Amino acid sequence: MKQIRVFKVTAHLVLLAGALTMILPFIWTVSTSLKQLKEVFVFPPTLFGERIQWENYLQISERFPFDIYFLNSLKITIIVVIAQLITSSMAGFVFARLRFRYRELLFGLYLATMMVPAQVVMIPNFIIMRHYNLIDTHYSLILPALVSAFGTFLLRQFFLTIPASLEDAAKIDGCTPFGVYWRIFVPLSKPAMATLGVFVFMGIWNDFLAPLVYINSQMKMTLPLGLASMQGMYGTDWPVLMAGTVISIIPLITIFLLAQDFFIKGVTLSGLKGE
Amino acid sequence: MNAENRLTAPSVPMRGPTPVSGKPSKLKKLLHKDGTWAFLLLLPNILGFLAFTLIPVFASFALSFTAWDMLSPMQWVGLSNYTQLANDETFIKVFWNTIYFAGVSVPAGIVISLFLAVALDQNIRFKKFYRAAFFLPVVSSMVAVAVVWQFIYNPEYGMMNFFLDKIGIRGPDWLTSTVWAMPAVIITSVWKNLGFNMLIYLAGLQGISEDYYEAADIDGARWHQKFLFITVPLLSPTTFFVTVMSFISSFQVFDTVFLMTQGGPARSTSVIVHYLYENAFKYFSMGYASAMAYILFFMVLVITLIQFWRQQKWGIH
Repeated sequence: MKQIRVFKVTAHLVLLAGALTMILPFIWTVSTSLKQLKEVFVFPPTLFGERIQWENYLQISERFPFDIYFLNSLKITIIVVIAQLITSSMAGFVFARLRFRYRELLFGLYLATMMVPAQVVMIPNFIIMRHYNLIDTHYSLILPALVSAFGTFLLRQFFLTIPASLEDAAKIDGCTPFGVYWRIFVPLSKPAMATLGVFVFMGIWNDFLAPLVYINSQMKMTLPLGLASMQGMYGTDWPVLMAGTVISIIPLITIFLLAQDFFIKGVTLSGLKGE
Repeated sequence: MNAENRLTAPSVPMRGPTPVSGKPSKLKKLLHKDGTWAFLLLLPNILGFLAFTLIPVFASFALSFTAWDMLSPMQWVGLSNYTQLANDETFIKVFWNTIYFAGVSVPAGIVISLFLAVALDQNIRFKKFYRAAFFLPVVSSMVAVAVVWQFIYNPEYGMMNFFLDKIGIRGPDWLTSTVWAMPAVIITSVWKNLGFNMLIYLAGLQGISEDYYEAADIDGARWHQKFLFITVPLLSPTTFFVTVMSFISSFQVFDTVFLMTQGGPARSTSVIVHYLYENAFKYFSMGYASAMAYILFFMVLVITLIQFWRQQKWGIH
C-alpha cells in the first residue's frame, strides 16, 4: 500500500511539472500580449505589467486584417472538412461493404499513397495550379484537400464494425446500396465522422506549408500565414506579436476544450493504423 | 442477390423513360448492383486521387531527371540531379541535420511521453486536466508555437535562460548559435508533439491486462520491475508504431525550422525539406528539388518497409 502511495505522489509530481511546462508558455504569451514593450525587458520577468494594455490588440487588428485571415481560414477549413466527410465516407463505405472486382487491389493502392510524403506531390501540384492560374487563390488550398486516403481508411475501419444484419434487412426491403449507405451507415457513424471532422479541422486550420507556397496577397492569407507575415514585420515588438499569436490560437483551443473527447479519440484511432 | 432483384423489381411501378426494347427492370437492376454504386461513390475520390496524388507522384519522379526552371524549355538530364546531390555540400549538410533532428527528437519524445503516459494511466485525480494540458501544444499552430518559443529562447529576457540562471547555468544564445540552434529547435519540437505520442501510449496501456500486474504483486515485484518487465515489453508494438510515425514526420520537418531559424545560423538547422523548399520555390529548380523529394520518399519508404517486416514477424495483422 505504501508503495502505491509513493508511486502516486511521484506520478502527480511528474505530471504537474510536465503540465506546467506545457501551460507556462501560453500563460506567458497572454501576459506579454498585455504589457508595454519596455516591460518585456524587465528581468526577472513579471506576470503582469503595471497596466493592462488592451491597446496591443487594437493596434494589431488595425495593422493586420485578422478578421479576414480568420474568415479565410474558416471558409477553407469548413469546405475541406465537409468535402472530406462526404468523399471519405462514400469511399470508406465502398471499401468496407460493396463487392466488386479489384477492390482489394484498389484499396491497397489507396493505402500505399498514405506514406507518400507531401513534398513529393507538392511540386507537380504547384505546376498544375500555375498552369490553371490558381496560384494565390483559395482553390489551390481546397482542391487537393477534397479527398483523403487517411479519412477513407479511418471510416472504412469504422464501417467494418457495423453488423451486416442491419443492411441485409434493408436490402430485402428493396434498399439500393446507396440507400444502405445513406440511411444506415451515415446516421450510425456520427461519432466516427465527428472524430474525423475534428481531426481534419485541426490539420487544415494549422497548415502552414501549403498557404506559404500558394498564397501571396494579404487578403487571401490564412491565420498561420498571416501571423508569420506579421512576425516578419514586427520583429521584436513582442507585446503586439503576442497579441496576434493569442488571436490566432484562440479559435482552435476553444474548439479543443469544447470537443476534447473527439480530439482524443481521433489520435487514438490514428494509432490503429499500426496495429 | 440477382434472385432477390428479380423478385422485387417487377412489383415496383416504373418511372422515367422506358428503353424501347429492353427489359423494363434494367435501370432498377443497375441501381441494385454493388458495382454501379462502387463506381459512382468512388468517382470523386478517384478523380481527386489521380489529379493530386497518383499523377503527381509519377510526374515528380520524371521531373527529377530533368532541369527545369518553369520558364525555359525542360531539359532531360538523366541521373545528373542525383549525382549532383551526392556532391552538393549543402545537401549533405541538410541531410545530416535531418538525421540529427530525427535521431535526437524521436527517442527523447518517446521516452518522455512513455513516462507521462504511465504516470497518467493510474487512477489519478485531475486526469482530464493533465491530458488537456499536454494536448494544448498539439492543437496550437506551429507558427504560434514558433513565435512564442523564439521569445522564450531570447538570451537577454527569455524564460529559458531565466530558469537556467536560477539553477546557476549561464544559458547560450540559443537561436543564433551554430551549436545550440538545433537543440533549441529539437526541444520545441519535442514539447509540441509530446501530447500526441502520450495519447497513443495511453491507448496502448489500456490494452495491457491487469492480471500481469496482480501476478507481479503477488510475487512481490517493485514498481520499477513492473515497469521494466511488464509495461515496456507489452507496449513494444505501440512503441514501434510511435517510433515509425515519429521518424517519418521528423524526416519531413519544415515549419519548425523555417519559422524559428530560417535554417540558420550558417545552415546549422537547415533540413532536407527546407532546402527542397528553397530550391523549388525560391530558385525554381524544379528538377533538382524533385530529386530531393524522391530521396526523402526513399527514406520514408525504408522506414515503412521495416514496419511491415516487423509487423509480420510479430504476427500482428
